[in-house]
Amino acid sequence: MDEQTRNILEILEEDARIVPEEIASLTGMTVEEVSQKIEYLEKAKIIRKYKTIIDWELAGENYVYAIIELKVQLERKLGYQAIAERLYKFPEVRSVRLLSGEHDISITVRGNSMKQVAFFVAEKIATLDQVQSTATHFVLKTYKENGLILDEPDQVKRLAVSP
Amino acid sequence: MRTQCNPSRFVSNSMQKVPPSGIRKFFDMASDSEDVISLGVGEPDYVTPWHIREACIHSIEHGETSYTSNYGLMELREEISRSYTKRHNVYYDPNDEILVTTGVSEALDLAIRAIVNPGDEIIVVQPSYVAYVPSIIFAGGVPVTIGAKGENDFRITAEEIEAAITNKTKAVIINYPNNPTGATMDRDELEAIADVIVEHDIMMISDDVYERLTYEGNHTCFSALEGMRDRTIMLNGFSKAYAMTGFRMAYAMAAPEIINSMMLIHQYSMLCAPITAQVGAIEALRNGEEEVSKMVREYDRRRKLIVGGLNDIGLDCFNPKGAFYAFPSIKSTGLTSDEFAERLLQEQNVVTIPGDIFGDTGAGFLRCAYAASREDIKEAIDRIGTFVDGL
Repeated sequence: MDEQTRNILEILEEDARIVPEEIASLTGMTVEEVSQKIEYLEKAKIIRKYKTIIDWELAGENYVYAIIELKVQLERKLGYQAIAERLYKFPEVRSVRLLSGEHDISITVRGNSMKQVAFFVAEKIATLDQVQSTATHFVLKTYKENGLILDEPDQVKRLAVSP
Repeated sequence: MRTQCNPSRFVSNSMQKVPPSGIRKFFDMASDSEDVISLGVGEPDYVTPWHIREACIHSIEHGETSYTSNYGLMELREEISRSYTKRHNVYYDPNDEILVTTGVSEALDLAIRAIVNPGDEIIVVQPSYVAYVPSIIFAGGVPVTIGAKGENDFRITAEEIEAAITNKTKAVIINYPNNPTGATMDRDELEAIADVIVEHDIMMISDDVYERLTYEGNHTCFSALEGMRDRTIMLNGFSKAYAMTGFRMAYAMAAPEIINSMMLIHQYSMLCAPITAQVGAIEALRNGEEEVSKMVREYDRRRKLIVGGLNDIGLDCFNPKGAFYAFPSIKSTGLTSDEFAERLLQEQNVVTIPGDIFGDTGAGFLRCAYAASREDIKEAIDRIGTFVDGL
């Protein structure tokens, strides 16, 4: 990857709302060059989506998150892909990952209450033919999400002028 | 009855020759103001990377709280030596050619005291860090300042240095990438200066503390030039590259005779650098590269943002290629650097430092440190623009 592309991706990863004019002033590129690069990166699916990290707890929405580890039975020819496809279609399922180790797959589920999440796992996930067992871990607090520290303590204040 | 004491009578002559730092006035003014945006701070706005802090905590937890060798931990000197060999292909023996100090400020003081006899002249290329001239005076030397000019993008030529050399000249101090201008020097220019240094049989003190913050081209290490290794005292530190200002961690590298003399002063004054900070420095050299690159990439973005912004509001600013300072000209406003900086702080709450504090050729310029958040830089430029428009 060239330096300019990397630069644009890093800037966008940090702030998805930044406009091409501003990226141009940070990189020394022209606005047109920045726009063309971004368009290419979007078409190439290197930029997959622009999203916002929201602290729902602070917003007063008490979502409940759970991480569920699954042991699954593989399907002939399709391997893990078939079960992954079954899992990621549920809107409650926020992420699906293939793991090494004791469990095969980890999913993150979001619901409005622990009861709702528990029933979803019991009725929709555990009952799938390929699923042999589940282990549900409710998330009690999120400290860091997608690289962003959510409850960072105040920064130490620097002097306004070097001594 | 005993006569009353007049303490000022006891202050040494050399101390009375040194005026207080011009930065102090702005420090006091900024402390009284609220909603201040500071472009006045010569330190990274990052907290020291966590792995370095963690190494220090671990070290304390394991009871590493003792003195170290006067030279510094051997492990650290070996890492410093490896780092220079790798980056500049110049080797310093960790046994007797490297001295770990508490900040480049101490290393500078030791370097000057180790070589200056009363009356010896040291040439200082200005605009430059404010401690060079006082350090020479403290040591009983005579500072001879020469000015790098704005029209030459604050580079100095070999001819300009040569013109200042007399039979009393002992050494020249240079600092590239430069504080306060952000100027750098390329290899050919430094080669020409090296020829002058050899011809007049003097030494070079090269303050490379901003070395890692070079955005365009490669930094040339003066002691790596042919024949310069034993004629150069290299000063470098961890403050700027690794965001470790409060650790006060730096080092000097030179021929054994010079390092030994510096070590003697260090031995009877500082004794040794703090062990915890030395452990942090080892971790920084071993595992800090990724963090350095990340910070340098971000400073580079801010550099483009501030230089572009200053030029857009009509303050002519050359393109600094290193450090984290922009040095725009404010001559078009008709104000002096001091008037501009003082009024900007009073009227718009933006702290900058007048360029002439760093030497006469800095008059008509302003030091703007861009080791501040992008939001602060943008806001500062807006406020400077409003200030300039209202003049």
